[in-house]
Amino acid sequence: MIRITKGKVYDPINGINGKELDIWVDGGKIVQVGDAPDLVAERIIDAEGCIVMPGGIDIHSHIAGGKVNLGRKLRPEDHRKDVVPRTETTRSGVGHSIPSTFVTGYRYAQMGYTMVMEAAMPPLTAKHTHEELHDIPIIDKGSYTLMGNNHFILKFIEKGEIEKVKSFISWLLKTTKGYTIKIVNPCGVESWKWGKNVENIDQQAADYAVTPRQLISILSQIADELGLPHSIHLHCNNIGVPGNYETTVESMKATGTNRVHVTHAQFNSYGGKGWADIHSKAREVVEYVNEHPNVTFDAGQIVFGDTTTMTADGPWQYRLYLLSGNKWVNADVEMETSAGIVPYTFRKKSLVNAVQWAIGLELMLLAEDPWRAFMTTDHPNGGPFTFYPQIIKLLMSRAAREEMIAQLPRRALERISLPQITREYSLYEIAIITRAAPSKLLGLHQKGHLGVGADADIAIYRENPDVEKVFSSVQYLLKDGEVVVENGIVLKSTSGRILYVDPGEEGDIEEYIREEFEKFYTVTLDGYGVPENYLERGECVSCG
Amino acid sequence: MSGVGEMNEILLRPKVEFDVPVEAEVISPDLFAEKSHEEIGSLPVFLGNRKMCLKDLFEIEGQSSTNIVLEGDFSRVKKIGYGMSRGKIHIKGNVGMHTGATMKGGEIIVEGDAMDWLGAEMNGGLIWVKGSVGHFAGASYWGSKHGMNRGMILIEGNTGNEVGKKMRRGTIAIKGKTGDFLGVGMIGGTILAFSETGERPGAEMKRGSIVLFLENCTNPPPLLPTFTYNCTYSPTFLRVYLKTLRKLGFPVKEEYISGKYRRYNGDIVELGKGEILIYEP
Repeated sequence: MIRITKGKVYDPINGINGKELDIWVDGGKIVQVGDAPDLVAERIIDAEGCIVMPGGIDIHSHIAGGKVNLGRKLRPEDHRKDVVPRTETTRSGVGHSIPSTFVTGYRYAQMGYTMVMEAAMPPLTAKHTHEELHDIPIIDKGSYTLMGNNHFILKFIEKGEIEKVKSFISWLLKTTKGYTIKIVNPCGVESWKWGKNVENIDQQAADYAVTPRQLISILSQIADELGLPHSIHLHCNNIGVPGNYETTVESMKATGTNRVHVTHAQFNSYGGKGWADIHSKAREVVEYVNEHPNVTFDAGQIVFGDTTTMTADGPWQYRLYLLSGNKWVNADVEMETSAGIVPYTFRKKSLVNAVQWAIGLELMLLAEDPWRAFMTTDHPNGGPFTFYPQIIKLLMSRAAREEMIAQLPRRALERISLPQITREYSLYEIAIITRAAPSKLLGLHQKGHLGVGADADIAIYRENPDVEKVFSSVQYLLKDGEVVVENGIVLKSTSGRILYVDPGEEGDIEEYIREEFEKFYTVTLDGYGVPENYLERGECVSCG
Repeated sequence: MSGVGEMNEILLRPKVEFDVPVEAEVISPDLFAEKSHEEIGSLPVFLGNRKMCLKDLFEIEGQSSTNIVLEGDFSRVKKIGYGMSRGKIHIKGNVGMHTGATMKGGEIIVEGDAMDWLGAEMNGGLIWVKGSVGHFAGASYWGSKHGMNRGMILIEGNTGNEVGKKMRRGTIAIKGKTGDFLGVGMIGGTILAFSETGERPGAEMKRGSIVLFLENCTNPPPLLPTFTYNCTYSPTFLRVYLKTLRKLGFPVKEEYISGKYRRYNGDIVELGKGEILIYEP
């Protein structure tokens, strides 16, 4: 048994705001909070001068799978500048914007994160994704299955066979060991296979009489009917295009009252007709979110510097290649989706990048309910996850923001409202957006809090006037009740859980699609899925 | 220990014959400049995968100098002068890979041969090799946007393939034979190749100049079909370049300075603003 004592505890789910409390850990769980005269601890962690929080949860990050690996291959220069040597407890690897698997796990753990969701897993590369997730140590993981442009789903919707869509989604989640429905540029990616895209949410896909609005509406309905622990995870149409905020608001409207999570909203909150007059429409997007409790979003904040953009949104990545002139990859994933990778440098001196930077922060600061706003960089699209401490600092300090704003081009200032925003996040609110709210959004009852019975994933940070320093490196990190990081050094490389869902409503859909599947896919249906024994520590999260 | 010879200099000599490569990016005037003999000796180097001190592998004479002399066989010692910004390294023999890579200034003289990646991604300074060099001199490392981006590499012997790959600025002059893909993917800068060259010079070049003198070359390689002939003329810039090289002491024949050159522009599959100039005897 471990006793964590004298630390200031921030646990929003249980309403604890900076109170000094003892936490007792045994068998990977929290067994007691507060004084416990009967309990005897084998180890006492003295957390005096420390902040105690539940382990961080990242709800959207690209850490494993086909396109992440393709990104690694594309960018040897990214790795050269960030070489991580082997230690007695950790393996060697490389970092920066697309760290190798082991380094991904270590770096998240060193920042106090204990759970990360891979944001886009094409079903066809589900096996690959799970193989890489297996090699990411310490943290718990899950992955969202891409479905927004799946041939079967589009076909069933076109024919009006909604029950079949539902069965198929249920089957696909179970088969790929996915966690929820990920939708990327619905219908647009399908059109991209014909060299086209969709420009608004009422335009049909190139070869199916289905509109993005229909698709978003039906899939969000199904997610709720299946009782998935997390809502649909939506990457809206027209990403990165000036004037796209209207599409974003329309997409949220399309779900009616069903739950929807709009991801990396920063990339979807632009006003203007072109790059020349791009400006922030964060306020318009957040207003809708504020008024509709079914909607959640994450920021997709950008960080100035060099990174690698990667998304299933092939047409957008092609546009980004044309804009940047950088090297690029665009890939087609058979009947399911596509992928694109383009290295990109966000520059302070660039007007467009400056506006993008401000929009992400505006979204977070204007959101009234911290339980529905999440801090992400859409790693590595906006910037590597290792910059989270910097973003926390910007959210918590207006002075830090002003320091950055002073470095932006002056022309950018009239296009953003960030300089006028006075709000500063408190530590309690930071604990909400990075711990409590993500666990609630993912429907995980045993995570994101420090109540009795919760998983003992606990991050202990040393207090410091510089918030960025606080969150850069943990003093202690407990994962499943074991101290795995001490003073920023990884002591032990444990293996995390893989969380997935099985809604159990697939019926006989597998046999129904078999003939068509075998005809058009390059793999057999039996070799397609991820079997149970593929997961070292698989854990099925219940639906409903 | 005081300075050896006329100037204050630091002398390094290998203690043994290396059977595995040594990584010694610490052999750099920037690091030696203000260090005592003791401090220089304890700088870290890798012998294969073993971390050791400089003094374990080399005899060291002198201290606190930006003037380094290397004697003996350094052909297995990598990264000498890596990223250096000033001073001089005089290598009295052969030297290993990555010599002078990413250097920003200063001077490296190699009396013998140099291996691959000589002056890769360098940003300034001068490298002069009396012998031959391997592949990728002045090139970009894998994945990088550009290679050499200022500075000068002068080679009196022959070179391997892909010399000046993706170079952005600067000058490379090669007295001897050059390998295939000379100046592949060039973005700018000038390459002067006095003797024969291999296949496909200037493939995928965007801008920049490759000058081929084709001395003693009986069978010159055909240019890629994506290069087109423009005219025959006597470029002014080339006269300036050649006279500068001569001033530095690099051998240049008189007839090249006043001679005529056929100009081809390419590579048309890329930007097409590059040029290959071929000396017309």
